[in-house]
Amino acid sequence: MKLKKYMTLGVEKFFWLCAILSLLALLLILGFLLKEGLPPLFSIGFKSFLLGQRWKPLEETFGIFPMIVATVTATAGAILLGGFIGLFTALFLAEVASPKAARLIRPLIQLLAGIPSVVFGFFGLVLIVPWIANRFGGPGNSLLATILILSVMILPTLASISETALRAVPQEYREGSLALGASPMETLFKVTLPAAKNGIIAAFVLGIGRAVGETMAVVLVCGNRPQIPQSLLDPIRPMTSTIAMEMSYSSGLHQEALFAIGVILLIFIVALNLSVNYILRGNKDL
Amino acid sequence: MKTYGKTQVLSSSIKRLSLLGLAAIMLMGTLGCSKTAPGDSAALQQQTAKETAAAQTILQVNGSTSVEKLMTMLSDRYTAKNPGVSLQIQAPGSSAGIKAVHDGNAQIGMSSRELKGDELTWGLKETVIAYDGIAVVVHPSNPVKDLTTEQVNAIFSGKITNWKEFGGADQEILLVIREAGSGTRDAFEEIVKLFEEKDGKKVSTIAEDRAIIADSTNAITQNVSGKESAIGYVSLGSLNTSSTIPLKLNGVECTADNIKNKSYAISRPFLLLTQGTPSAEVQPVLDYILSADGQALVTEEKFIPVQ
Repeated sequence: MKLKKYMTLGVEKFFWLCAILSLLALLLILGFLLKEGLPPLFSIGFKSFLLGQRWKPLEETFGIFPMIVATVTATAGAILLGGFIGLFTALFLAEVASPKAARLIRPLIQLLAGIPSVVFGFFGLVLIVPWIANRFGGPGNSLLATILILSVMILPTLASISETALRAVPQEYREGSLALGASPMETLFKVTLPAAKNGIIAAFVLGIGRAVGETMAVVLVCGNRPQIPQSLLDPIRPMTSTIAMEMSYSSGLHQEALFAIGVILLIFIVALNLSVNYILRGNKDL
Repeated sequence: MKTYGKTQVLSSSIKRLSLLGLAAIMLMGTLGCSKTAPGDSAALQQQTAKETAAAQTILQVNGSTSVEKLMTMLSDRYTAKNPGVSLQIQAPGSSAGIKAVHDGNAQIGMSSRELKGDELTWGLKETVIAYDGIAVVVHPSNPVKDLTTEQVNAIFSGKITNWKEFGGADQEILLVIREAGSGTRDAFEEIVKLFEEKDGKKVSTIAEDRAIIADSTNAITQNVSGKESAIGYVSLGSLNTSSTIPLKLNGVECTADNIKNKSYAISRPFLLLTQGTPSAEVQPVLDYILSADGQALVTEEKFIPVQ
């Protein structure tokens, strides 16, 4: 009996250690990023860095406004398109499909999540980019190509988490609604969906997070032109692809500026998480 | 309810199993630690490490990313025959490598361009180990097959933006270029004069706002092969003639022979640099690279041998 008690204690300590380790990793990364990325923010100047329109690292001109626009528009487009399809996929799997069909489709969608991102990028470069160039004109490497690739990539995240949230809605809600005379679709949209709202918001945030941070696939299809896109067919250069592309050759202030982009990305992600926590806290009653 | 009962039994047995496993791991961890700490195997290891270090000459090689791949292969072959020497190759770029040799931080520098400016006064000795050509490539369907260096300059600086100016289709020219800092881009800009001096700094005049920027030679090939209006540049070693067509430059085809006799305009030497006369450790390495065996590898890697 005593042994068992000690073992429990040991295991508890072990878990505690693991938790501390992951926290330590986070703190190390944060510390490193801020140490490397904050000084250039001050030396370049917040305003000229964030709102500057020109990115000419060899001339020491560092303006990342076009990249911020690129990241935001690509993510927004992907979450609109991917979110739309993902949410309805989840509704289908959780509420409409027969158990047999759901069992068949669900693993296939999750398989999509397992495809390495560079493969998505290559697929985009070889198939989607030439298709856009031939169908709509322009270079093909574009905001549109980025949005298409990103929305496919975030689809599995959105679909599976939203589905879990929908399945977690108690059966009594649906039964009650149907018993009161609501049609199945009214029940779906007016009862089940609002009840699963928190989980679905969480799914969307994870999707946004993935889209903001995605690099390998994006760098291949976005065109990497550091310019504010005027249309869906213009090339863009998101923040992540700048870091990935230029890190290997950069030195001095250029390298520091890339770390500074990392800091801006970090601020994006933190702001995203905070705003979601805020939204979810506001909806506690649901 | 039946299944619920089952899962509970299952989960509790899993719990017990994992507890045991964890305990075992921790036990092994502590035992392992106490065993190795005073043990003599570590001391032995240290000793052997010291011995090999004493017997080995380590040469620091530093410089161009374009030369790195070739140099790594050459170094593998050389050290296989001469186990007493090891080459540590780093590739931060040509300029950094040239400076490292000058500062004494490396015994050998790698450069994928000619020395320029101040570097010429540093007393560095150059050894050309290979030549590389930069091919200007277009989509196979493009009727334009031949351009002059000035026309290439006009295209990449954005002065001419339509293929019809050169007898091609009425189509806007799409530039496909490498990112800032790339060695191939540096050499291309240097030779085609796509730069200007601004406040003492070299500033690229490539029309980046009209370009697609690719992060590797392969990505350039992919982009050009997928778009009829595209033009790009790749190292001859990475040229893929099945999906892209290399243009003649001033009427001269981009071939190994034409690069060797310097009639093709865009070529660059791969240089190894030493500070003054190469030392007794470095000279055999250079000799090996220039030997028939070393130059055969250069040809194998699709670069142009010097011999």
